[in-house]
Amino acid sequence: MITVESLTRRYAGFTAVDNVSFTAEPGRVTGFLGPNGAGKSTTMRVMVGLTAPTSGSATIDGVRFADLPNPGLEVGVLLDASAQHAGRTGREILTIASDTMGLPRTRVEEMIELVSLTPTEAKRRVRNYSLGMRQRLGIATALLGDPKVLILDEPANGLDPAGIRWMRDLLTGFASQGGTVLLSSHLLHEIEVIADDLVVIGNGKIVASGSKEELLAAAGTLARSTTPRDLAHALEQAGIPSTLAGDGSLRTDADPARVGEVALTAGIALTELRSAEGAGLEDMFLSLTADTQREGVAA
Amino acid sequence: MTATTVPAITTEAEPVRRTARPIPTTRLVTVELRKMFTTRSGFWMLVSVGILTPISAGSLLVFGLDSEVTYQNFVRASGFPMSVILPIIAILAVTSEWSQRGGLTTFTLVPSRGRVIGAKAISTLLVGLGAVALAFAVGALGNVVGSALAGVDTVWDISLFMALQVVLYNLVGVAFGFTLGVVLRNSAAAIVGYFIVSLVLPGILGLLAQVRSWFEDLQPWIDGNYTQVALLEGATNTGREWALLGSTTTIWIVVPLVVGLLSLRRSEVK
Repeated sequence: MITVESLTRRYAGFTAVDNVSFTAEPGRVTGFLGPNGAGKSTTMRVMVGLTAPTSGSATIDGVRFADLPNPGLEVGVLLDASAQHAGRTGREILTIASDTMGLPRTRVEEMIELVSLTPTEAKRRVRNYSLGMRQRLGIATALLGDPKVLILDEPANGLDPAGIRWMRDLLTGFASQGGTVLLSSHLLHEIEVIADDLVVIGNGKIVASGSKEELLAAAGTLARSTTPRDLAHALEQAGIPSTLAGDGSLRTDADPARVGEVALTAGIALTELRSAEGAGLEDMFLSLTADTQREGVAA
Repeated sequence: MTATTVPAITTEAEPVRRTARPIPTTRLVTVELRKMFTTRSGFWMLVSVGILTPISAGSLLVFGLDSEVTYQNFVRASGFPMSVILPIIAILAVTSEWSQRGGLTTFTLVPSRGRVIGAKAISTLLVGLGAVALAFAVGALGNVVGSALAGVDTVWDISLFMALQVVLYNLVGVAFGFTLGVVLRNSAAAIVGYFIVSLVLPGILGLLAQVRSWFEDLQPWIDGNYTQVALLEGATNTGREWALLGSTTTIWIVVPLVVGLLSLRRSEVK
């Protein structure tokens, strides 16, 4: 389990992480979301001791990362796939990590196979790797010590569709065996598919956290009808505020059952009625972080 | 079974695996040694030492006068390439963690930066010792072959005391490169800095000593090159000479190293 308590990191005249608290539970995948520069990576670097917190703490199973006797065996970390010596081969990078942890060399071959790098690729220098191959190598490094906790910053970046599917299955499997996974991503669809819990950060502050169901339930209902204006009117009559989107769909905070009821009473035929989960995460993300978005998206 | 043997039920889900043992320092040193030579640049540094050492000793064999066929000259010739390359190996051992960003992995696997840097220090000194041993060996071979070819007596003119000074000469060079790496933490800047200090600075200090007489007495106390050359020639014999060496080592290695280490331990690894 990862516990972050009142974590703050200040730089000269600017607070990157502001009093952040959350936990990532074992057996669950926790998605860590936020716009660029929101403080995700800084928080993750503090967790693994690369950056010192100004105040507050981050612990793994109650222990500070820096106090773990052999951290690689307990926490798998991938912060930046490109942060590798470009002049080493992929296999050499894994061998060094494995030697540091004190693992048998056979583990290196197992990992190369697990992340589907071919033996030829493993012999090439990292300078010549594509981003996707570097990600695979980074994931191999993280999994090398058979840890119980994974901290991954944007691991799906640069992976091909098959790679993304593979990664998703890997992380889900890892969590189902009782492992703790914290992963950040900008790929909201990915997070939506894979995460059990969500932590949303904006401008260094937590803006929302909880289980995915809880957070997305707040995203409300999406309804379509051949006469969307009539539907909007009927909802308004029933005291339910709604917004009409350009594509003729209608969104409201009320639950689907209530919307269906109103439509039936008003005699309006619905062509679609569902919880607004599909696009929900993106909308939720944009509205929660609206104040912190560079583009100034209207909430 | 008595009631007293029943375990207390205050299980705070105590860590599943607290069995992990700390990483021993010997392992860190082995890993750091390996890291020095498994990069492309590290590999070629090693190869160049291996190639240049015999070439340098061989050139003395070819071009040297018969009177120059002595063990001292051979050791100096075969040791010359490594005295230039070893400090660069030491620089890269430290700076690559930052310039190549390998530190992100290194310092998450071993959060104690002091231990990592310590292991690097030990491994660079070991490489330094190994290289000096090579220089002595190649020098001995050159001396035997050279004297046989020239038909002169084989001259073994290096005393143990002098040999130790030659060893120290190389270790000080390695330590200086290491210091530059720790202070600058950037490969390009540290290598440029190394060449400025070892090639440009001595000239400037020498010039200054010529034009300003008050500086003439001061120069040996601050000119690292001056005390280094004395070591190489085995001429560091008197108390004053050792004091000079102590002074330049403090100025160029001890003080910057301490400052560099303090900032390194606190700095952010990105």
